[in-house]
Amino acid sequence: MHKPRMQLLASFDIASLEYLDERGHTTQALPDFATPDTLVAFYRQMALARLVDDRAVKMQRTGQLGTYPSSLGQEAIGVGVGAAMAKEDVYCPNYRETGALLERGVTIQEIYAIWGGDERGQNFRHAREDLPLSVPIATQMLHGAGVAFALKYKHEQLGEPMRVAVTTGGDGSTSRGDFYEAINLAGDWQLPLVVVINNNQWAISLPRSEQTACKTLAQKAIAAGIPSLQVDGNDVIAVREAVGDAVERARRGAGPSMVEAVSYRLCDHTTADDASRYQPEQALKEAWSREPLRRLRSYMQAHGFWGDSQEEEMQRELNQALEKAVQEYRDTPRDAATAIFDHLYETLPEAFLEQYQQLRGEN
Amino acid sequence: MGEITLVEAITQALAFELQADQRVVVFGEDVGVNGGVFRATEGLQDRFGSARVLDTPLAETMIAGIAIGMAAQGLRPVAEFQFMGFIYPALDHILSHAGRYRNRTRGRLSCPIVYRAPYGGGIHAPEHHSESTEALFAHIPGLRLVVPSSPARAYGLLLAAIRNPDPVVFLEPKRIYRAARQEVPDSGDALPLDRAFVLREGTDVTLISWGASLKETLQAAEQLAEEGIEAEVIDPATLKPLDIHTVIDSLEKTHRCVVIHEAARFCGLGAEVVAQINEYAFDLLHAPVQRVTGYDTVMPYFQLEDEYLPGAPRILAAVRKALDYANGGAV
Repeated sequence: MHKPRMQLLASFDIASLEYLDERGHTTQALPDFATPDTLVAFYRQMALARLVDDRAVKMQRTGQLGTYPSSLGQEAIGVGVGAAMAKEDVYCPNYRETGALLERGVTIQEIYAIWGGDERGQNFRHAREDLPLSVPIATQMLHGAGVAFALKYKHEQLGEPMRVAVTTGGDGSTSRGDFYEAINLAGDWQLPLVVVINNNQWAISLPRSEQTACKTLAQKAIAAGIPSLQVDGNDVIAVREAVGDAVERARRGAGPSMVEAVSYRLCDHTTADDASRYQPEQALKEAWSREPLRRLRSYMQAHGFWGDSQEEEMQRELNQALEKAVQEYRDTPRDAATAIFDHLYETLPEAFLEQYQQLRGEN
Repeated sequence: MGEITLVEAITQALAFELQADQRVVVFGEDVGVNGGVFRATEGLQDRFGSARVLDTPLAETMIAGIAIGMAAQGLRPVAEFQFMGFIYPALDHILSHAGRYRNRTRGRLSCPIVYRAPYGGGIHAPEHHSESTEALFAHIPGLRLVVPSSPARAYGLLLAAIRNPDPVVFLEPKRIYRAARQEVPDSGDALPLDRAFVLREGTDVTLISWGASLKETLQAAEQLAEEGIEAEVIDPATLKPLDIHTVIDSLEKTHRCVVIHEAARFCGLGAEVVAQINEYAFDLLHAPVQRVTGYDTVMPYFQLEDEYLPGAPRILAAVRKALDYANGGAV
């Protein structure tokens, strides 16, 4: 049969980045930022994220917190993303990046307040411009694109320094139109946007292999014309390097990019889920051997700047901070009922005053 | 400046606010070079540049979503949806985020956005181009919903919407985009977003309508006047929050009321008007409030759209029913 001749118009490839393998051995020379102090700080923040998540799950089990999405096993992604951002950049989060929230200065009490059913948790004391946690999947990526537009606009039209928007989402989010529409616009308008995909292998019960025919999620960015790569999402150095590079590219006006960080959800989707219904035991066991904290600790120990005493001291300090936060969370009085109207509009329209007064028990 | 149409008043308001406020950006499908399919943004890109008047890729969810991020950063985005029939992919962002951002963050971030869309039937357009589903938006907490019905009100209400610190869905009745001309001084004066407008004073019956249906409503009122029946015509203009006081004041005089809208009847905004009249003005009524609406069917292709839309004969029939009830009724 005759085969028509065709010209090759474009071809693409997807690179993968790793510095620390699962045993904590370096696979190549580390980037300059990876000094002992920095790595200890990363390790500490990952350990804190794990403690915060662990306590949240325990509090949910004992009726002290609502449904909670743990990031167990994915701490390197959150911490790597947060560490790659400048303070004045804007984070546009999904709901499963405890490490990134802590890096951004969101407090443990605020995280617990949110999942304890109190909107005041979203009124971040420190990360004032960061977007609130977004529960609907991938919607935050479009908000991130809008933030990135505004940052670029304020830089170009109003002379402000260039800042960058960073947004995160799970592997499941890359099946949504919002994801495609966000990266397409970001490419089209060359927005200072960095999209980080936490590929934890599960969209609740649907495994990564059944979500798409794509070999990598990173390659989805090719369709939007924006650079992307895959990193070992359990290697905090790789995440920090890749996201940092993407952030700096965006900051110098070279446009958006995407990072797929490959990890594994070592926990249930949320406390309302039971992953044993669908997650193969063997896969979970294997994933534990690749988890992010142990490999970094191995590296730090092998290079002589970490040992059992430091570990014990750190755990004691982190637990102290955690207990203090838990206590503050528990001691926070419930918000006034009228708060549900107080922030609905800047000024409550007269048409709703009757309901407001009813809520206050005035009529 | 001479008399201008409703759509030209939209352009004039956009231009005024683009000039006055550097934070305002206007975007949507074909709004830039092409000036919008209805020419509502005609000339704006030439005047204010492509950094502030932007053509977007074709994706309504995206248009709604990016407005939220822009607004959270302090810009004043004015987003155009080409037709209301294509706004539904945007509902997720408008409902799940724009209307909730201020509340969710306890006032830390807000969404001063205007979502504009041409709406309503009567221009013989293809399917999905004649929708009037304003009730969907009226039901969403945290939003304002505005429908202008004259060039002057379009100008003043759009300025108010852009300056409003919260999200506004601004539906433009495209059937009357060019139906009438009016002198609209480019004063920059906004109109209130919580006040109904009395378009015609009368003592016998209150007719409430908005958008393009006001054309037939006012026609019906003229016809009634020839018979010696004086109808008061009210345009709420801001459908949420609804100014029920102006309606009640009118019922003090007329005691009878007909609500007219293009949208389907079931759970249409007429139902809300009737419910509020029941709650606040039941004793004033001399007859049940009548509704003249689109039928509870799918909006038909255009050959039958005139049968669907409430015309003057249906309005007159409802008015007579309201008046006859009093004549033979218990009052």
